[in-house]
Amino acid sequence: MSERQDVRKTYKLLINGAFPRSESGRSYEVLTSGGDFLANVAQGSRKDVRDAVSAARAAQPAWWAASAYNRGQVVYRLAEMAESRRAELAEHVALAEGLKERSAAAQVSLAIDRIVWYAGWCDKVTQVLGGANPVAGPFFNFSLPTPSGVVAVIAPQDSSLVGFVDTVLAPIVVGNTVVALASERRPTPAVLLGEMSVTSDFPAGLLNIVTGITAELAPTVATHEDIDGLDLEGVDHDVANDLAALGAESIKRVLRPRAKGEGSPLARLRAFVETSTVWHTIGQ
Amino acid sequence: MTDVDDRGLSNSSLGSLGYDAAPESASIARLRESYGLFIDGRFSDPTSQEQFASLNPATEETLAMVSQASSADVDRAVGAARRAYDSTWSTMSGAERSKYLFRIARLIQERARELAVVETLDNGKPIRESRDIDIPLAAAHFFYYAGWADKLEYAGFGERPASLGVAGQIIPWNFPLLMAAWKLAPALAAGNTCVLKPAETTPLSALVLAEILQQAELPEGVVNIVTGDGSVGAALVEHPGVNKIAFTGSTEVGRIIQRATASSEKKLTLELGGKGANIVFEDAPIDEMIEGIIDGIFFNQGHVCCAGSRLLVQESIADEVLRRLIRRVEQLRVGDPMDKNTDVGAINSAAQLARIEELTAYGALEGATRYTSSCTLPERGYWFAPTVFADVSQSHRIAREEIFGPVLSVLTFRTPEEAVAKANNTNYGLACGVWSEKGSRSLWVAQRLRAGVVWANTYNRFDPSSPFGGMRESGFGREGGRHGLEAYLNV
Repeated sequence: MSERQDVRKTYKLLINGAFPRSESGRSYEVLTSGGDFLANVAQGSRKDVRDAVSAARAAQPAWWAASAYNRGQVVYRLAEMAESRRAELAEHVALAEGLKERSAAAQVSLAIDRIVWYAGWCDKVTQVLGGANPVAGPFFNFSLPTPSGVVAVIAPQDSSLVGFVDTVLAPIVVGNTVVALASERRPTPAVLLGEMSVTSDFPAGLLNIVTGITAELAPTVATHEDIDGLDLEGVDHDVANDLAALGAESIKRVLRPRAKGEGSPLARLRAFVETSTVWHTIGQ
Repeated sequence: MTDVDDRGLSNSSLGSLGYDAAPESASIARLRESYGLFIDGRFSDPTSQEQFASLNPATEETLAMVSQASSADVDRAVGAARRAYDSTWSTMSGAERSKYLFRIARLIQERARELAVVETLDNGKPIRESRDIDIPLAAAHFFYYAGWADKLEYAGFGERPASLGVAGQIIPWNFPLLMAAWKLAPALAAGNTCVLKPAETTPLSALVLAEILQQAELPEGVVNIVTGDGSVGAALVEHPGVNKIAFTGSTEVGRIIQRATASSEKKLTLELGGKGANIVFEDAPIDEMIEGIIDGIFFNQGHVCCAGSRLLVQESIADEVLRRLIRRVEQLRVGDPMDKNTDVGAINSAAQLARIEELTAYGALEGATRYTSSCTLPERGYWFAPTVFADVSQSHRIAREEIFGPVLSVLTFRTPEEAVAKANNTNYGLACGVWSEKGSRSLWVAQRLRAGVVWANTYNRFDPSSPFGGMRESGFGREGGRHGLEAYLNV
């Protein structure tokens, strides 16, 4: 009797709610932190990024039009799905980040709790960031936070799950849709979370994940005319400078990489929010 | 649109009525012959000794000679601002900063008439507007932000919001003093010191403001004002001692500034161009709506980044709106900005006039129907008669590019969905108007417009408590209100 062979998984992109291989047909080897072969992961191309942007743009109006209560439930559902797959996430965080079992589990707990925290923001940001303005004259004047639109996130390279959750959910809970470039060397926790998002009521196109070589894909998101915001968390300082300059061409909102602990969580929520002000006449 | 040429004058008794001139006195301006750079609390000569003339665009006469700053002067100004930041302004309590700002607001009110005259002489805008809008609003901005200086911890940016340091502020020529107030008041309230660069063609009211800052005994170096051409702004943007750049101007220059600051830690806010849509539904109150359209595009000669330069009118009322609009345009009094009865003043500069003429030439070339007011224009100075283009389509240059002049492009729509789609069909996203008696429809439209400001049944309203600023290529960051503080805080 021969020993049972395990069924290995192909790690694919997440674009518009589906899991394509890269249109380029390329893949690249991802290793564990110990240097062993972990998986062949789809190596996304510029075309994949453009497809992801189209999907994100198409999904954005409906995501923003959904009630805040509904959006909160969709995000909370992701926490439920992640909770039931803790072991799998922890295994991949351990392999990717070289953590002991217990530390990896703690990272997963942190990530799931963070998802819950973000879920609660969906129906709070309007009141926290908006308000009524006491203008002189017969007008009712109010300001509301509205989404910038489509946000490209270059997710952190080191923090494969918690960092991914932070950078991706902050723009999502304020109404944006997202194209995320996962950590180049540690992509599998993000890929898993992407799979969970599809089974947790995330509408197609809300979260798109492209795995691959960051240096190859980042200039594409920085120059893409239909991307409104750019989170550069996952690149180093010098590269961030270059990408921020490219983003200037279409006046993108750019969030630069931060030192650890710098800035409040609210700053991340504000980064891809526009203040929309409405004046309405008051009269008989 | 058969009635384009019907000027409606036969129906109007106003056509035959004349007005006597009611000029404001230019001597109220008390302008000096020449102005130095305002650095470290004093006026001083520029290192180059170079000066240039600031002209009255209505007469092309020189009003005063103004200094051309060099990069060495910018360096001096930034140095003064840094010393003031370190030694006084950043260590002073918010309550004390607050009192300085209240004092400045009061001084602007006291010298309001003089400032209004200076503004109209230097800019070309009607005295009615500088007197009733620019100057009172400038004072109101200082008054509003004065009250924030000692309450920053309650502004919603955390318990201990910190100032940034030295702010470099570059402002346009369309609302010279008001833009200075929009920039300086929140920056100072938040605890920053400033180097302000007024526009090349309209530096004078900022220099009078410098005198006011002296009268307010604002500590030396807290505000520095460097005049000159675009090279001064560029030097300020590039200066390593500046922590923050705030720019109001064209999207073209905004792009250059964003690129230039990309590799620095400078915080940036941009208030750029626009191509605002004024959306008119068939149930709108027609008299108010016509006035709103007129105010939306001809206020300040259309030199307004948030101007309602595209009129989107529902097809069912398009003919009537156009006819009434043209009749109203014909009644606009164009001419001497110092005349209290003037509605439309002078174009700010020869360069801007050339740009307006170039873009409007495309209007007819691309097939739009042009109507231009038959008003008589003065012989000297820079003038452009109020103009309306009908039969404009979305691909026309006059529907896509910011003209920044008294030129309105009229397009039509049938359904609210089409109105929203057309309004959003631009790379800009600064301001829009919506006219309807139905509040639910106005709010439905407002919710879908990608614009930082939406006016419902009104247009071109401004208030210090109301955040102003754009989406998309109209820039980022807000001026006004609690939101306006964020631009000057390390949060």
